[in-house]
Amino acid sequence: MDAVIEGFRLVAEPDVLIAIFLSAIYGLVVGSLPGLSATMATALLVPVTFWLSPIAAIATIITASAMAIFSGDIPGALLRIPGTPASAAYTDEAYAMTRKGQAELALGAGLWFSAIGGIVGTLSLMLLAPALAEIALSFSTYEYFWLAFLGLMCATLVARSSPIKAIASMLLGLLISCIGMENPAGTPRFTFGIPDLLGGIEPIPALVGVFAVSEVMRAMATAEPPKLPDRKFGSILANQWMLTKKYQWPMWRGNFVGIIIGVLPGAGADMAAWVSYAMSKRFSKEPEKFGTGHPEGLVEAGASNNASLASGWVPSLLFGIPGDTITAIAIGVLYMKGLNPGPTLFTERASSMYALYIIFILANIIMIPLGIVMIRLASRVLRAPRSSVMPLILLLCAVGSFATGSNVFSVMLVGVFGCLGYAMEKNGYPVAALVLGIVMGSMVETNFITSLIKSDGDVLPFFERPVSSILAGLTFAALLWPLGAWAWARFPGRRRRTAAAAE
Amino acid sequence: MTKTTRRTLLGAGAALTAAPALAQARWPVRPVQMLCPWAAGGGTDAVVRIIATLLEKEVGQPFNVVNRTGGSGVVGHAALAQAAPDGYTVGIITAEICMLHWAGLTEVTYRNFTPLGLMNNDPPGIQVNNTSPYRDVRQLADAIKASRPGQMKASGTGQGGIWHLALAGWLQAMGLPAGHVRWVPSNGAAPAMQDLAAGGLDFTTNSVVEGRAMIDAGRARSLAVMATERLGVFPTIPTLKEAMGIDYATGAWRGIAGPLNFPAEARTAMNAGLDRVFKSREYNEFMNARGFGLSYADADGFGRYMAAADVSLGDAMKSAGLARS
Repeated sequence: MDAVIEGFRLVAEPDVLIAIFLSAIYGLVVGSLPGLSATMATALLVPVTFWLSPIAAIATIITASAMAIFSGDIPGALLRIPGTPASAAYTDEAYAMTRKGQAELALGAGLWFSAIGGIVGTLSLMLLAPALAEIALSFSTYEYFWLAFLGLMCATLVARSSPIKAIASMLLGLLISCIGMENPAGTPRFTFGIPDLLGGIEPIPALVGVFAVSEVMRAMATAEPPKLPDRKFGSILANQWMLTKKYQWPMWRGNFVGIIIGVLPGAGADMAAWVSYAMSKRFSKEPEKFGTGHPEGLVEAGASNNASLASGWVPSLLFGIPGDTITAIAIGVLYMKGLNPGPTLFTERASSMYALYIIFILANIIMIPLGIVMIRLASRVLRAPRSSVMPLILLLCAVGSFATGSNVFSVMLVGVFGCLGYAMEKNGYPVAALVLGIVMGSMVETNFITSLIKSDGDVLPFFERPVSSILAGLTFAALLWPLGAWAWARFPGRRRRTAAAAE
Repeated sequence: MTKTTRRTLLGAGAALTAAPALAQARWPVRPVQMLCPWAAGGGTDAVVRIIATLLEKEVGQPFNVVNRTGGSGVVGHAALAQAAPDGYTVGIITAEICMLHWAGLTEVTYRNFTPLGLMNNDPPGIQVNNTSPYRDVRQLADAIKASRPGQMKASGTGQGGIWHLALAGWLQAMGLPAGHVRWVPSNGAAPAMQDLAAGGLDFTTNSVVEGRAMIDAGRARSLAVMATERLGVFPTIPTLKEAMGIDYATGAWRGIAGPLNFPAEARTAMNAGLDRVFKSREYNEFMNARGFGLSYADADGFGRYMAAADVSLGDAMKSAGLARS
């Protein structure tokens, strides 16, 4: 108990509280700018942490990354420009809600369920860390292969268009992920002698291009849509309690899936959001509403990606294995401040650990008032004339993609992906599936090849190991499900035909 | 008309050449750009940022770190080699500069730089799962010698990465072909350490620092370090020479360099500045806390160091069948 009180005392220091407040504002602003990712926001904070006390240094990282991930949803909902690959799964849904005049409900859901997911994830970190760590360590490359494969199959579930076109987009994404030399053989592929292509295509420029730039191009090609009724922005939190009660079960499922996926290093928030959104649609009572501005998927996926953020700290704190790029940076800061990751951190430095938990919860609580202010400020963009918003977006895309590596090549890449996204959307190919292919592609390939290298070409370990056999079963069940449903409807009589048609 | 234009041009040219000459006398008169070929948030980025911060104190002008990423380090290294040699662009270069050209991925070699100072070197270790039967590196080496080619599996980084070459070099030093232990490529040291703990590998050859948390957690053990002397942060781990009499040392090093024809004035000032940075309390505290290895060589020493590294890494790549030139 003393450790808990000591933890509160550590957090209550004025320098820590100021650090939390300032980094919260910083995270919200950087996260909401298209093209500037949460990772970027965190990396730029590292030199600042040199001069902070250990607890204040960790507080800035935790707070800024949580805020940046949430505020990445803001441009997604208002302008159809997702801030992070994690929000790409439900950007279309949130934007559809904005077009229906429910921007406050969409953004409020993002805020409210992000905060809930963050707090539930933190509780899991507090109560279950050692058990969750065992799960993470039971995952070898075989299990990761199945997991990534399952993630890929979400493409067909998430898309509103025909499954064939969704699969085609995803395969194009997989092809793009083959570019470069970051593959198991270390051999350059599809680089055409261009040194910039050696490192491969990063998801962020692709994401910014296919969503933001293609949106600008569409705006130039089409007449201005009827202006949204100019009205006062309604209450942001008013309907969230209603949503919480109505979609309680999806919310808990999202939290649970987020925690499990977050714990696995390398999977992280992106996959959590996709899997949860797909599950939400699969198990929903009204799947036909998905994609038309229906909050159910937002509830589940929003909770899921923030829950995974918190549980992603489990392998980082216990074994120094980063769950994603943000925790990779955080591990560096932990070492620098003498809070070396490892089991002893939980026993010998218990008060620091409690301080860390308290900061997590505090960050998720102050996210609500600060997020409301941010949403209100950002919503002005809806009232601005389109002709002044679009050039600004284009400028931000260029600046954002240049900022990550001071590289003109990535700016051109954004442009290329913009044209690609425009052409794809015009022909009914979902761009979200393309992004999923790029994000998951290298994970599927690397884990498949390294597994085969380890087993000397034997495929049996993919099915022998206990966890991988379960995941393989799930994958095949999901693959064969449509076939089974079709056969069920076709042969034992025609009475279930209407049910199958609704699929 | 042409005459005046030409004269104006000549005048402008003279002014341009004169300006650096004047500036050299009291370098630096304005902020210096410091290139980093790797992304913000990584290990090299952390090292270059602490050096930049401390250099600013030593020479009195800001050093602005610019991450020039892309192409697995090719883009950033090439950008530094091609920068104007006016003394206002320097950068951090890493061991990859002595590997990329052997793989035929770039024309740029260490000869395209003016070395200013070696600041850090992380030697590889040999890590096994805590439940592994090998108690010391000699037992592991015997098991490797007794195994079929390709039977044992090791990892630590991608195919052809620095830790892969460390394995190849170690096997060669034992008189074995470089491919005797199969390399399992991984996306960096962290996934390799995780797979080691999950029981998927026989050993890893990444730096001890990268496996430190797993070692602290009692999931892995480090048997030896491929360095000339024991590491300050891990004094209980023997060197290869102590443990099995093999004199093999390598590492992932980082140093500061400028483009060729770097002004002599700036070179002298940088050399002195880096020397003071390396000896400073702040630098030592930072590097020890992060677990980065402290190795130093002055401008000339860094040049000789890179020449030697280029030969030894090239040999390892050729023996592992990774070299193209």
